Amino acid sequence: MDLKRIRNFSIIAHIDHGKSTLADRILELTKTVTGREMREQVLDSMELERERGITIKAQAVRVEWKGHELNLIDTPGHVDFTYEVSRALQACEGAVLVVDAAQGVQAQTVANAYLAIENNLELLPVANKIDLPQSNPDAASRELAELIGGDPEDVVRVSAKTGQGVEAVLDAIVERIPPPAGDPAAPPRALVFDSAYDQYRGVVAFVRVVDGTFRARDEVRAMAQGTRFETEEVGFFSPTMRPADSLGAGEVGYVITGLKDVAKLRVGDTLTAQARPAAEPLPGYKDVKPMVFAGLFPTDSDEYPQLRDALERLKLNDASLSYDPETSQALGFGFRCGFLGLLHMEIVRERLEREFDLDLLVTAPSVAYQVETLTGERLEVHNPAEMPAERERVEEPYVRASIVVPKDGVGQVMELCNERRGRFDHMEYPSPERVLLVYELPLGEIVFDFYDQLKSRTRGYASFDYDFAGFREGELVRLDVLVGGEPVDALSLVLHRDEAYGRGRALVDRLREEIPRQMFDVPVQAAIGSRVIARETIKAKRKDVLAKCYGGDITRKRKLLERQKAGKRRMKQVGAVEVPQEAFLAVLNLGDDKR
Amino acid sequence: MSGAVRHLYIHLPFCAHRCGYCDFVTVVGRPGLHEQYVDALLAELELERAMLAPQLETVFLGGGTPTFTAPDALRRLLGALPPAAELTVEANPETVTPELALLLHESGATRVSLGAQSFQPHLLQVLGRQAGPDDVRRAFYHLRDANFDNISLDLLHGIPGQSASDLERDIDEALALAPEHLSYYELEAKPGTRFTHAHGAELARQAEAMEGYFELVIERLAAAGYRWYETANFCLAPAHAGGRDLRAWHNLAYWLGRDYLGLGIGAVSTLGDRRRRNTPRLSRYLAALGTGELPEREIEALGADVRAQERLMLGLRLDEGLPFADAEAALDRAALGRLERLGLATRRAGPDGPETLVLTARGRRLGGAVTAELLA
Repeated sequence: MDLKRIRNFSIIAHIDHGKSTLADRILELTKTVTGREMREQVLDSMELERERGITIKAQAVRVEWKGHELNLIDTPGHVDFTYEVSRALQACEGAVLVVDAAQGVQAQTVANAYLAIENNLELLPVANKIDLPQSNPDAASRELAELIGGDPEDVVRVSAKTGQGVEAVLDAIVERIPPPAGDPAAPPRALVFDSAYDQYRGVVAFVRVVDGTFRARDEVRAMAQGTRFETEEVGFFSPTMRPADSLGAGEVGYVITGLKDVAKLRVGDTLTAQARPAAEPLPGYKDVKPMVFAGLFPTDSDEYPQLRDALERLKLNDASLSYDPETSQALGFGFRCGFLGLLHMEIVRERLEREFDLDLLVTAPSVAYQVETLTGERLEVHNPAEMPAERERVEEPYVRASIVVPKDGVGQVMELCNERRGRFDHMEYPSPERVLLVYELPLGEIVFDFYDQLKSRTRGYASFDYDFAGFREGELVRLDVLVGGEPVDALSLVLHRDEAYGRGRALVDRLREEIPRQMFDVPVQAAIGSRVIARETIKAKRKDVLAKCYGGDITRKRKLLERQKAGKRRMKQVGAVEVPQEAFLAVLNLGDDKR
Repeated sequence: MSGAVRHLYIHLPFCAHRCGYCDFVTVVGRPGLHEQYVDALLAELELERAMLAPQLETVFLGGGTPTFTAPDALRRLLGALPPAAELTVEANPETVTPELALLLHESGATRVSLGAQSFQPHLLQVLGRQAGPDDVRRAFYHLRDANFDNISLDLLHGIPGQSASDLERDIDEALALAPEHLSYYELEAKPGTRFTHAHGAELARQAEAMEGYFELVIERLAAAGYRWYETANFCLAPAHAGGRDLRAWHNLAYWLGRDYLGLGIGAVSTLGDRRRRNTPRLSRYLAALGTGELPEREIEALGADVRAQERLMLGLRLDEGLPFADAEAALDRAALGRLERLGLATRRAGPDGPETLVLTARGRRLGGAVTAELLA
């Protein structure tokens, strides 16, 4: 295909602004799918994606419009997947920036727009949902023009739902988005912007060919990782897999690699031909590191092997998920898992519970700390229980958070950010009604119910996005919880010194309520090192008898005891103390009702 | 031909009315059926007589309210029973007249278990009892007058609205009567019952205050010379009773894991590796035995493991515990170690007998939790 007749683009939008609906209309209008094949949100293949209204894995679909080959590259819509979004954007020359004309520019609109501008993409602004009575396309157009520096007249007004204006979007893509640049004669290079795992065919790479041509049976090398393989097949999605003879410069498609491990082919890597390798890889590859960590434990310790198998299978499709075996005295065998962010964690947890039918206990999320020990050694600590009690210094990850909020919510948001040790950076006014606040915040504060608080304090109107901003030193301490004198490793937290007393008190109070009385007194303590900062005692129970037991009662009493015994088996043992799962859950959910 | 079962339970379900907290098989009304029911009981006894030993150790007439049964029917039943060393009849205070006390004594009853529950009018009212405190005392004297020298009082603690001083007064009143035996139960408010619906909230509110009641009962009765021989049962110690062993021998048979035969509606029998329960439905029971058939029964097979568990569960209720060899099969050794360290259980080497496993006083107050822990 002549490069001049190719257009590669993404659709980017704040969540629920209509990205997937617009994609569906484009597939219909270009007759890529017939009405019969059409189902809601074709591109979101997983059940979970549809329910959450978000897309986890990027995919690319080829459509034809007026003699042009249009490749629509779908991107994940959330902050946790910024790196994946940026790789997907790197595969494009332009992006359709969709805004809900009833809601206007939101935090993710801003973040995505900036990301697209950083990637030198031509932005095609679209005001969606103009069929809604409460929509205000004029205001949305002004905000969009303001955001990307253009003319409100250039904003295409559509209703993806009814199809109104969608043809104009396709025409504008052809007219305004530039064709790909690239050298068909040069040594081949292709950017891997996503990958998926197929249990029969192995790793399938989604690629954007920049130079040269790729064919089946080519000997190929991934330049950053050095992985070599023979391509089994090349092709494109339209919307299902269509094998092709070749993928040429400027084109987007897939490569079946035959590799059995997604970790061998990372998003952002460059493929080249073994026989005629390119001199330089494409720019921008980086090894994404998980930032948020949590311990995942099966509620029923017998399910440990199932959890391990399930994580292995998820990992096949999700190279950004990491996990290492973890043993907790209180919770038994599990895994310390690393996630890109909170949403990523939620998705993994839900998939484990839903697709693999596992019942999980998840510890409070924590972040990666960089620690310098007294001996000058540098460590990265993912588990609060492993934070050395004595250390030279600790650095914690910070994020740059963009928060868009209606004017009258600014005070509440600033208050929340201040409570969470935020540092105000600046403020912008994307529209007369809304304010964009930019704060630097410790990620450790974000993972602790920040988003819920933000939503509840602004009656749901604030939107939020963040980007990693580096590590900074902090006055951090490790707070341990002791039950019956034994530390409960799963409940250890790393937090700012000033918050330790309040959180310690809350933890101890809640545990005292949740742990049933035992046959002996049980002290419950919160401590920093050897210093106890909060303490309660669960008094021993004084009676526990089945009063009456005569001839007619024996079977019933025996069954009661069996039930009592079975109940004990579900308890977790902390030293000699039996702690019900619910107590851990209650404490781990403390953030939900504390602040 | 004769068998080996030496303990017989007979259920007399009739009551004047049903008390709110009661969960026994009872029949209210139907006064015309007393004679017919006794006929059926005697028919069932005949059908089962072969398994009974010629000389029984104990017979227990429970209810219901056995003493509410029409006197002629009751007399006929008692007269037809095989001889036994201990024959206990349960009685409700309002039914005990001088005549009835004499009837029982003349018919061979050796022991009466009197359902007092409390001596406080407001608590008796909560329980829906018909007798007042004076009825309880009067009944007790009628029994003494009829020469009963082994009377047990049933009492409850943990009644909704019961204060600590209410409890103290109940104990004082009970001790003033000097009964040979006392059963002191904690009221069980079963979920879903009308009683719990009416009083559950009150009980929950009082739970903490009532924590110490059981301990108080044990202390007071021990101080008055009673032996706390089973979780909820006390008898005058031999030193205070002319050397007599006043434990309830029939109930002791249950706790020692002996076989027993139960007759009547809802009655349970444990016979070797089988436990069975008669139909609780009066009409079906009467119909079957009226034609000489055995009543419908639910059968429960008791495997060796279940028997071992029950042996442990029941034996630990006793102050004497149980032989360690009997406990071993169902015992979690590690748990025993933990409980010994906590001072809740102990192994006692008998100078003239085998090693026994017993719970300490605190262990017995926590008997439910301790037993659940000990069961393997």
